[in-house]
Formats: sequence, structure tokens, C-alpha cells
Amino acid sequence: MVFKEVRQMLRDPGTIGMMLMMPIVQLTIFGFAINNDPRQLPMALEINDTSQFARSIDAALRNTTYFRVTHVVSAPGEGERLLKDGKVQFLVTVPVDFGRDLVRGERPQLLVTADATDPASTGNALGAIQQAVDGALTHDLIGPLAARAQGTPPVDLVIHRSYNPEGITSHNTVPGLLAIVLSMTMVMLTALSVTREVEQGTMENLLATPLRPFEVMVGKIVPYLVIGIVQMVVILSAALVVFHVPFEGTVALALFSTLLFMITSLALGFMLSTVATSQLQAMQMSFFYMLPSILLSGFAFPFRGMPVWAQWLAEVLPTTHYIRLVRGIMLKGWTLADAAGQLGVLAVMLAVLGTVAVRRYQDTVA
Amino acid sequence: MSDLVIDVRGLTKRFGGRTVVDDVNLQVARGSICGFLGPNGSGKTTTLRMICGLLIPDAGEGEVLGLDLRKRRGAIKGRVGYMTQKFGLFSDLTIAENLEFFARVHGLDRRRERVAEALEGLGLATRSDQLAGKLSGGWKQRLALAAAVLHEPEILLLDEPTAGVDPQARREFWDQIHELAQGGMTVLVSTHYMDEAERCHEIAYIAYGRMLARGTIGEVIAGSGLQALLGEGPGADRLATRIEGRPGVAMAAPFGTAIHVCGPDLSALRAAVAEFDGVTWREARPSLEDVFIHLMRGAEDNSVVVA
Repeated sequence: MVFKEVRQMLRDPGTIGMMLMMPIVQLTIFGFAINNDPRQLPMALEINDTSQFARSIDAALRNTTYFRVTHVVSAPGEGERLLKDGKVQFLVTVPVDFGRDLVRGERPQLLVTADATDPASTGNALGAIQQAVDGALTHDLIGPLAARAQGTPPVDLVIHRSYNPEGITSHNTVPGLLAIVLSMTMVMLTALSVTREVEQGTMENLLATPLRPFEVMVGKIVPYLVIGIVQMVVILSAALVVFHVPFEGTVALALFSTLLFMITSLALGFMLSTVATSQLQAMQMSFFYMLPSILLSGFAFPFRGMPVWAQWLAEVLPTTHYIRLVRGIMLKGWTLADAAGQLGVLAVMLAVLGTVAVRRYQDTVA
Repeated sequence: MSDLVIDVRGLTKRFGGRTVVDDVNLQVARGSICGFLGPNGSGKTTTLRMICGLLIPDAGEGEVLGLDLRKRRGAIKGRVGYMTQKFGLFSDLTIAENLEFFARVHGLDRRRERVAEALEGLGLATRSDQLAGKLSGGWKQRLALAAAVLHEPEILLLDEPTAGVDPQARREFWDQIHELAQGGMTVLVSTHYMDEAERCHEIAYIAYGRMLARGTIGEVIAGSGLQALLGEGPGADRLATRIEGRPGVAMAAPFGTAIHVCGPDLSALRAAVAEFDGVTWREARPSLEDVFIHLMRGAEDNSVVVA
């Protein structure tokens, strides 16, 4: 019995390969890619003051490993724009006359705006800002100004958690969950549906009909689209009613993005099914796709906490882009113009996957 | 010879270096029933698949219904009905749903009526809501045939349609095939059964990928050049092993209480069996089976030589 099982297992090299790859991939992702305390977060600085204090704060922020100052902005509103687009996660604004007010002991405000859609990734970083500012000023407030360093902090650090002011985790995870559930069902169901035809022997009959590959693909995809829409309605209703996730954007844009993502996932599933030779393999392939989709897409762990290679890997996954879309639309109130970039990426992915799938689908037997 | 609906020349198909179909020519006239015979793995299914556009030949050319075999596969698929060897309908759909599906993919008009007619013809009208997977072997086969002819194809390709079906159902199946052929449908049917071969207008015998014989049954038997003797008498059936292998004897096989001996030359045969005078020998017509086994052995020898 054991010999028979082993022999049958060895007959299917695809399965063996995937079983061996799985622990390696898991180790790599969990061991190297995931980091719950992300560093090097992109930050924009808007410094409207030329005093030495402002310069010290600038230098101190650049010195901490938590941040990477990627943009220095001057025009008002530019920093907010970067935040909304997700290009930076923090915006530190040093107001006009910051230095003068500090010297006068008027406790000037230092405004920190954080993209708090993912509260986990901002928590530690916000603490680091406080530290950096304190450190910088203690250094500068010497001599006659030493008194300013005593008692109440000399600077009023105003922290503004945008998009998720209360730091509620579910506001971030529930929209992300929509992406995960959809990609799981869409990819797996279509991947199975074509291989099932092959396994049950109905494929030959299907191929003997005048149906064209494109027609078969559309026929396979449409019913699952309906399932996807039902799932979307369930999750979105729960998000709004049970979890009180804000919905800042328009419903139409959310629907459009979701449809595009579903079709892309379905095309991916269809493509996998043209590669897989059995339902088991199709299943494993979808699982293999789901693993990075959950772990690297920014759903479970902060995207910015991952090393660059993992971020690039994640960029290839449709789920990553859809998560950005759905979070952007729901939490940040993205408009079509804000969403265009991510939508474009998804559209390109759909075009590529669809073409490959139709090309690979053969209208002849084996 | 204007009305050839199948006209293929030099069809060859290789799978991974093994030539499965080797230089096969086949011409079938409209309305005829052509039996396709040959041992397992001889290339019958592959040939059928090439004819209906499911496989692209590695070499050879031809027309099916006047359409180029390589370039017009899509058009051919629409005008040919193909019944696969393995039951290939959807077992989790009902009988009616299966028929409806095929009506739809062929873009047929009057779908409802056609499906109803087909169900009526099958005698399944009352069971149309039953799942196709729950049908017995004979019914599955009838349903598969109904699905294959729903779009009124001009050519019907049947791949061992009666394997594992009881004699009564087989008889009915063949009656139906003849009815369809009378209506002008051309039928190419592969089979292992000799009685079925005899119900065909003409037969083609293929072994090891090569076409070995072709024509009506009479032509094929005459063309083999075999002569046969039938021996009857006490213990006749036990002589086979003693006669087999003698000069002039191609084969000897017991048939019930009698023995059937054949070889290329009648006088040599008589000489070979002369010593068994307790048995009455008379001349007989070689059976199709004799011819095929003889042809197959010949082909085997050839392939050994080639190898």
C-alpha cells in the first residue's frame, strides 16, 4: 500500500515540486519578508520656517531608521496629495515662524499627518517622531533657552491620523478581506472548472463542438462573476453595517474596480487551468497563488515593512493593487482620477492573462 | 466519385516519437456506413479525432465535406457529430439539460422542439429530469448518440459506441444507425465486434497505425486470399494445437465442437489435416475474424522486420 502511494505520488512531479517548494516559499516569506515594525517609511516634509530648530528637526527625522524623507514640499496641499496617493505615509509640517514662537516659549505646533489606514504600521513610527523631535530640540535648547526644555514640552506635537482617526484595525482589514475572499474563490473556482472537464472526460465533447476558446472562457467566467458579486455585497454590507467602516468614495467606482479585479482573477484562474493537468494540481496552484496574495499584498502585514524584493513581487499580484483600490476608495475617498493608476495596472494584467489563457487553451485534445 | 464526404490521404500522427497513425488513406461516400476495425491501440481513435478536427495531423491532407482538414477545423466541427469512446456528457446535468446544452453550442433554432423530439425519439421523455450520470450504460450510450446527432450533422463519427452494451441495446443502436444513414448521414464507426462489422456497408481495417484492408466484407475476405476448412466430428475441437503450425496452416481455432482451419492454399490445408480422418472436413468461407487475425499477424511480422 505504501509503495503504491509513493509510486503514484512520484508519477505526478508537479505535485511533488509544489510540496517541496511550499516550505521554502513559506520560510522566505515569513522569515525575510514579513516585518511588523516597518522601517524606512516614506515621509514628506513641508518646512515653512528657516530657523535652526526647523533644520534640526529635519535632520533628526532623516536620521531615524523609521523614515525615509522622499519628498520635500513647499506648496500647501501638495503633501496631502502625496498622502492620499499613498506615495508617502507621513507628512510633517513645520509652520511659519516655528523657530520664533519656540524661542518665545509659545509652544508652536508641529503638525504630523499620518496615513493611518493601517494602524499597525503607523504606531511605532509616530512614537519615533516624538523621540526625534525631543532629541533634536534638547540639543538646540541650550544656554538661555535651556529653560524651554524643562517642564511642558516646548513643542505641541499635533498628530493627525488621517483616514482612520481612531486607529481601528477592522477599517483596514475588512476591505482587504474583500480582496482576499474574491481572489480565493475566483481563482480557485475557474481553475477547477476547466480541469474538471478534462478529468470527467467532457472536454473532448466540448472541443468537438464549434465553440471557440474565447467563448469557452467567457462561458466559464460569467457564472462565477455572479458569485463574486454576491460575495462583494455580503462583505461590503458587513463592513458598513457591522464594522462601521467609512465609505468615503463612490459606490460606482468601487463596483467598477471590483468587477475589473474579479474578471482579472477569473482570467488568472482560467490560465492556471490550462497549465494544470488535474484538479488536484489546479487546487495547489491556486493555493500557491493565494499564499503571497495574503501575506505580501499588504492585507495581513504592512506592505512597507517588506524588503524591496518582496514589494516588487507583490506588485505583480492583482490582489495588491485591488487592496490599494478598495482601501483608497473606502477610506481615503479616492476618485476616478486617484484610482486610475491602480485600475490601469489591473487592466494590463487582465489583458495579459486573458491573452495567455486563450492562447494556451487548445481546441485540440492532448 | 464526386460525393466523397471524407477524403483524406496520407494521414500521419506521431505522439512523442511513436507513430500512432501512419499514412492512412480513407474515402467514404455520402450515406454509407463504414466500419473501422483494428486491435486496441491501432490508431482508430486518433484517426477519428483527426477527421473531426480534434487533432491536427503531422502529415497528410484531405477534405471533410469538401473542407480542408487543417484550415477549416472550426467549420468541420459544426457539421460533424462525434460520439466519444468514454461517456462524455455532463453527469451532473439532467438528460434534457445535456441536450439543451448541445443545442445551444451549435446555435440551433427551434431548440425546445428539437430537444423534445430527441427525448421522444430516445423514449426518455418521461425521464428527462433524471441526471445523466445516473443512467445505465445502454441509456448513456443512446443519450450520447442523441446529443451527437442533435445538430443533424452530415457525418457521424462513433468511437466504439457499443462497448459494454447488452446485445438487445446494440441491435437497436445499429437499427438507428441504418436509419440515420438512409436519411443521408455518413457514418464512420469504430468497433471490435465482428457482427457489427458485418452490419456496415464497408469496412476499413487498421493495425499498428496502418490501413491493412479496405472494402466490402466480401472484398476484404476475398482480398486476403485465405481458404478455410471446417472440421466436425468427435474430438474435432481438441485438434487445434496439433494442427496449428503445420505447413500451409495459418491458424486453427476451435469453434464449439468444431474446428476451423485456414491458410492461403486449399490443397495444402487438406494435406495438413489429412491424417485426422475421424473428422469430416468441408470447405468453408473464412470469417472476418480469421482475416483480421491473419492480417494482424502479417502486420506484426512487418513491424518486427522494420524494427
